[in-house]
Amino acid sequence: MTRPTARRYRLIFTIGLLALAFLAAACSRSKARTKAVIQDTGSDTMVNLAQAWAEEYANVDSTVSVEVSGGGSGTGIAALSSGTVDIANCSRRFEPGEIEQAKKNTGREPRELMVGFDALAVYVNKNNPLNEITIAQLAGIYAEGGKLTKWSQLGVKMPPGSDEIICVGRQSNSGTYFYFREAILGKERDFRLGSRDMQGSKDVVELVANTPSAIGYSGMGYNTPAVKQLRVSKAAGQPAYPPTVETTLDHTYPIARPLFMYTLGEPTGAVKKYLDWVLSDGGQKIVLTSGYVPLPKTGK
Amino acid sequence: MPALPKRPGIDTLAERAIEALIRLCGVSAILFIFGIFFFVFREGSQFLFHGFKFREFFFSQEWYPTSQSHVRYGALALIAGTASVTLLAMALAVPFGLGTAFFISEFCGPRAKETLKITVELLAAIPSVVWGFVGLTVMNKLIIEIFRTPIGLNVLNGGVILALMSVPIIVSIGEDALKAVPDSYREAAIALGVTRWQLIYRVLAPAARNGLLAAVLLGVGRAVGETMAVLMATGHAVKIPTSMLDSVRTLTATIAAELGEAAVHSDHYQVLFIIGILLFTITFAINLAADLIVRGVRRG
Repeated sequence: MTRPTARRYRLIFTIGLLALAFLAAACSRSKARTKAVIQDTGSDTMVNLAQAWAEEYANVDSTVSVEVSGGGSGTGIAALSSGTVDIANCSRRFEPGEIEQAKKNTGREPRELMVGFDALAVYVNKNNPLNEITIAQLAGIYAEGGKLTKWSQLGVKMPPGSDEIICVGRQSNSGTYFYFREAILGKERDFRLGSRDMQGSKDVVELVANTPSAIGYSGMGYNTPAVKQLRVSKAAGQPAYPPTVETTLDHTYPIARPLFMYTLGEPTGAVKKYLDWVLSDGGQKIVLTSGYVPLPKTGK
Repeated sequence: MPALPKRPGIDTLAERAIEALIRLCGVSAILFIFGIFFFVFREGSQFLFHGFKFREFFFSQEWYPTSQSHVRYGALALIAGTASVTLLAMALAVPFGLGTAFFISEFCGPRAKETLKITVELLAAIPSVVWGFVGLTVMNKLIIEIFRTPIGLNVLNGGVILALMSVPIIVSIGEDALKAVPDSYREAAIALGVTRWQLIYRVLAPAARNGLLAAVLLGVGRAVGETMAVLMATGHAVKIPTSMLDSVRTLTATIAAELGEAAVHSDHYQVLFIIGILLFTITFAINLAADLIVRGVRRG
């Protein structure tokens, strides 16, 4: 009675097979019914923007769902050149070597699409009396061998014990890290060791908000009331500009950069429709509401 | 006595299958370890034997994996970061952990014992990301206020978080080791008129030293290998710490932060795997040392 007999085994076996068959059928049916999925990954600066686009696009075309993830421009580039995503968000251009790598891996060339601009903002704590800074000063703070390590050297009086400038940066696969290095330090120089390298744009702003003597760089869309965006000037004596839509578009803000979306080869089908919509008025409106700078109307 | 009914053929077959399955489970642990070691070694081996600079890796603190002009892979600061955080964590966790183990095993009543054990085990169940979050928000502010330092993400923060994570391991294994000491030892000691302190110091500690040592070393292993919490709590700055209030970056955090970006099979990717080999070697050495010590103690 208690011992399972051969018949019982056969019964269990049959039930198991049936269950498997059902599962398989359910899977294939649900696959047939699901929407087309666009995988969109990359830049952390753009992740909120890309998410806002994806949400809005669900109202535009309900047959397509866009899945967004962050991780950094480098992550997007690596994912695109191994062919695992449809779109890579990038806050910097592909390097020639990366284009080669993508071509070698997938046989297709990455296509670049400019989708907006970001004025890379320099953040300090809201209690910091500093209001403007020059490119040379930023280089002195961030560069390897730079001379600026104390707030008093910038003429800023901090409470005792917090005179040291706490550099906050990004991890090395971040497009923001690349752009800032190129724009501030040039091709030849490297960052100073010992900066706190955060994993996300938001983390930089948060750390600066919690740390009175910190300075950090991050996308303009991450501004909060707990931090202050500095006005930046090209050189001492020249006027300094805040990071805004206007100063980005007329090129007076010195460290503004384009934001890109990359595809492998010419986009087709659902991806092409999506990217066309991103460039349309509806898509560009979202760039502005996410805190970034839309493409100029005439430039399209 | 009636003869036993003959077993149906399928029963013996099933039994054999299950036996094989259980054996496979047992062997798989060894297979996995070798598999992991083989994989990690293979990914890093090409660069390890061609072009890898041992001197730079172990004696330079210049970690510039993505430099445009001069790529350098000096891991000294990362090694120092891991060592400093682990040492501090152990300095805090070993006395507290062993103390708690002694208290639970020898001093408290049965009800307090149950409550304490459950609470300590609960401590072990908290995911490391949550610990990291505590370090990033709560501890950061506390350290800034108490020590009047500019930034609270440092060795102290990471060490305290890691100590909190390894205490439960030390307590539960240490408590097991003390429980394994025969009660006749305790009775004999008490009969000789020793105090409780003498009982612990002269009888229990020597009798249970293998188990206590194993508890401590497993705690060390946990601290060396922990990634997410230290990534968030230590500030992630490439720097050899000169005080407990300096930010550092650990070996594990470097792998976690940079592997996603590094192009597969690039030098950077392979160096990250070499760091993996180093970590593997460290934990292997710790475990081997523990094993040898325990054996030596047993024989001697």
